[in-house]
Amino acid sequence: MTIYGEKRQGADTVLIAGVAIIVAMLSIVPMLRLAFEIIMPQGNLSAAPLRTALSGSATWTATLHSLQVGIGGTLLAVILGTAVALLVSLTNVRGRSTFVLLYVVPLLIAPQVTALAWLQLFGPASPFLKLIGMAPALGSKNPLYSTTGIITLLGVQYGPLVFLMVRAGLRKLPRELVEAALSSGASRLTVLRTIILPLMTPSIIGATALAFVSCVGNFGIPAFLGIPAGYLVLPTLIYQRLAGGGPAVLSEVAVLSMLIGLIAMAGILAQDYTSRRRDYRIASTSLPASPFELGRWRPLAEVAMWLLIIIVLVLPIVGLFLTSLVAAYGVPLSMKTVTLANYAFVLFDHAAAKRAFFNSFGLSIAAAAFAVFVAVPLGYLITWRKRWWTRFLNLSAELPYALPGVVLAIASLLLFLKPLPIIGLQIYNTIWIILYAYLARFLVLALRPTISGLQQIDRSLEEAAQVAGAGLIRRMRTIIFPLVAPATLAGGVLIFMTAFSELTVSALLWASGSETIGVVIFSFEQGGDSNYAAAISTLTIVVIFALMLLTNLFARSLPNGVLPWRD
Amino acid sequence: MAGLKIENVTKTFGDYDALSNVSLDVANGEFIAVLGPSGCGKTTLLRLVAGFEQVNKGTITVGGKVMSDPKMNVPPEQRRVGIVFQNYALWPHMSVSENVGYSLKVAKVDKAEREQRIRQALELVDLQGYGDRRPANLSGGQRQRVALARCLVSTPSLVLFDEPLANLDVHLRASMEDEFASFHKRTGTTIIYITHDQAEAMALADRIAVMDKGHLVQFATPRELYEQPATPMVASFIAQGMVLPAKVLTAEVNGQCKVDILGQEAIFRCRTGQAVTGDAKVCIRSADIVPAENDGIEVRVKRSVYRGGGSRIEAVAADETQELHFDLADPKRLAEGETTHIAITSGWVIPEANV
Ligand SMILES: Nc1ncnc2c1ncn2[C@@H]1O[C@H](COP(=O)(O)OP(=O)(O)OP(=O)(O)O)[C@@H](O)[C@H]1O
Ligand SMILES: [Mg+2]
Repeated sequence: MTIYGEKRQGADTVLIAGVAIIVAMLSIVPMLRLAFEIIMPQGNLSAAPLRTALSGSATWTATLHSLQVGIGGTLLAVILGTAVALLVSLTNVRGRSTFVLLYVVPLLIAPQVTALAWLQLFGPASPFLKLIGMAPALGSKNPLYSTTGIITLLGVQYGPLVFLMVRAGLRKLPRELVEAALSSGASRLTVLRTIILPLMTPSIIGATALAFVSCVGNFGIPAFLGIPAGYLVLPTLIYQRLAGGGPAVLSEVAVLSMLIGLIAMAGILAQDYTSRRRDYRIASTSLPASPFELGRWRPLAEVAMWLLIIIVLVLPIVGLFLTSLVAAYGVPLSMKTVTLANYAFVLFDHAAAKRAFFNSFGLSIAAAAFAVFVAVPLGYLITWRKRWWTRFLNLSAELPYALPGVVLAIASLLLFLKPLPIIGLQIYNTIWIILYAYLARFLVLALRPTISGLQQIDRSLEEAAQVAGAGLIRRMRTIIFPLVAPATLAGGVLIFMTAFSELTVSALLWASGSETIGVVIFSFEQGGDSNYAAAISTLTIVVIFALMLLTNLFARSLPNGVLPWRD
Repeated sequence: MAGLKIENVTKTFGDYDALSNVSLDVANGEFIAVLGPSGCGKTTLLRLVAGFEQVNKGTITVGGKVMSDPKMNVPPEQRRVGIVFQNYALWPHMSVSENVGYSLKVAKVDKAEREQRIRQALELVDLQGYGDRRPANLSGGQRQRVALARCLVSTPSLVLFDEPLANLDVHLRASMEDEFASFHKRTGTTIIYITHDQAEAMALADRIAVMDKGHLVQFATPRELYEQPATPMVASFIAQGMVLPAKVLTAEVNGQCKVDILGQEAIFRCRTGQAVTGDAKVCIRSADIVPAENDGIEVRVKRSVYRGGGSRIEAVAADETQELHFDLADPKRLAEGETTHIAITSGWVIPEANV
């Protein structure tokens, strides 16, 4: 009997070409369109929009503000997220899985919902503060309408993001490395400092970059907290300009978006540079280290953990929920005033809100499925088939997410303002333009975990399949995909949850008929209907939570680590 | 089954020559060990044969078919070469049976035959009944055997081992050594076996290729390596040979010549055509040294280690630079610091003394 290896049949070429075309369509093409607009506004060579945009003092104030909240929010998120990850992963605190489940929730709640929740909690109209008799006088300023307020909420929002990445890294830490250090006489703290943290630097650096990019590009939080205080960051400045001026100011906001794009790119390049100088591939498939005993500090650590949950999750959601139960702004909550009318209204009476639930669901499913299937071959090319151009592929895929949603939205607007050439299809003002932007934007959320997953897998696993005769497609299907599936699927679930109440992109791309949940919440809040906004927000939180629990039911048949919130 | 021919292969990483001009001709069915200190390029050689790396110069031929040259590289999946990786590289998401049967599935072997061959392969490595386990739930030795079974199941023409026993304990090593040897006898597969343990190489291989700093230094049978090392490096690397300076007093006759070593004359073995020289290096084994009366070479004992039935003596010659070691059978004893006399009865004149 003879065994022949599978012929390549040009699989390499097809794979490379296919992946490259997809990435180009989703990243290079819109970005080139944007660049074209900056150089040749409305098709004519002119520096006028550039000059207008860059000479305004509003531009530089907003840039400064963006850096301010970006760096502040990132620091807070990294400190919080890393500390929590170390505590949960390395020590013997109890109630770990419930804690992880709850701590990750803020990340899955859309920023504008977080913002709304905190505003409802601390504002003068807060039914919660009224209940406990601590409400400030009606008409007094909400303390969250400030720089500190924005930084705090960004830190709360993205702390779990850092937590997830650092925790994923810690899970892969083989216990031998820790035990070897312990047995060479190092104390727990020394092991943490000299072994664990250095090995975790790729995770922490990656998490820092991701948090920075997210903070700088965040629209929901500064939109809800900054606009009322007149504190504009670049994304909100762009939104205001565009809302005021329409397509006529597209050229000018294109310049503004380039500015914030540069800030975000600086963060990514810094991460890329540092992580390339550290390759800590961990090959072994060992058990995780046994937890460090906290001894008498354990109750203290546990109290701190649960206090954190109450502050960042329970109180804001309670505040939001209570607001959704009162009929109008400022009405105190009592047995007499409590009502479900807000829910009935958004679910049954308001046509746009009803449509929004349907639209957002379809968009999120499509985006998540697409990203999972593209991320694996793309990640494979980037990590295991390194060539000079694969780094470029990686940067291209990062671009639409690194650049704030506002930027991608503007690029999409520019790209699809006119009907598509040749086929003449008009997707402007339809739900398809939102889908396009979602595919482009969220791909990287599945790609990043895939890449870090592949980096931690020893490539000899693929080589062993190769000498067994398996061709590229088969290796992809039977070895590479199953090995990185946990990481990639985790990315897919995150994509669904992020897209479900997404606001930044859809705020600029929606039209009547293609409303998303995020847009409807934003419109209600802007129109002063906080109670309706709170009702929808509560519903999205319920949906997200239900989804988390539902996937937990199936988690038994999934390998460890597929679901970020599950221990 | 297939022979392997490596001709003038050079491999560089950047400007570092990991392999320089290596040539090896391995006959069909031979068991070859590649031996050398860490970093000498053993793994690189193996990855070139498997097709994971491309050669910069030279060619690699397997079974008469050119697999690698600077312009062309047959991909690993089409080489029919089996590898047992040092870290086993078992797929953690597959059971033992799935790991072993993977290449059969790739080759579209039908299910019944596949199962039978998986069973046979597992039997061969003494792992019957382990088919449903996951690699994570196996011990190191069991993983190693799964890796071996996985490689054997597709009856590759050439099997490459990269330090397969490096992670195992001594007892397991010995039994795995036996297993490799009997596997080789049974199947007659050509085997390239990388190791830096010379005892392992001696025990298993038909011929051994000794490498140093990217060069192939000597390629010969274990006996030839032991008795006739080509360079000082080989002499000292194999069985702790002692390399000493000597003068060759007479030219070779019948494979022997007279040498002056540490002021004594002795008859040594040497290469055909060995000429007279005052600047030779010789290789001596501990068995070549015997205790002598007062007319022998005077040495001072530095250390005496009891070895069961005798002692190993480490000593230094009168000039205090040449270190020697030899065995002393019971009941004789020598204490540290004592002086004694020895005679060197035999040795080998290293042909390429200045390499
Ligand atoms: N991909 C690579 N890039 C650069 N240098 C490499 C690469 N692979 C190997 N080298 C270098 O080539 C030399 C030979 O490496 P190789 O792995 O072949 O050694 P080895 O003989 O297998 O050593 P060991 O016994 O420690 O496994 C080393 O100096 C190594 O650093
Ligand atoms: Mg090696």
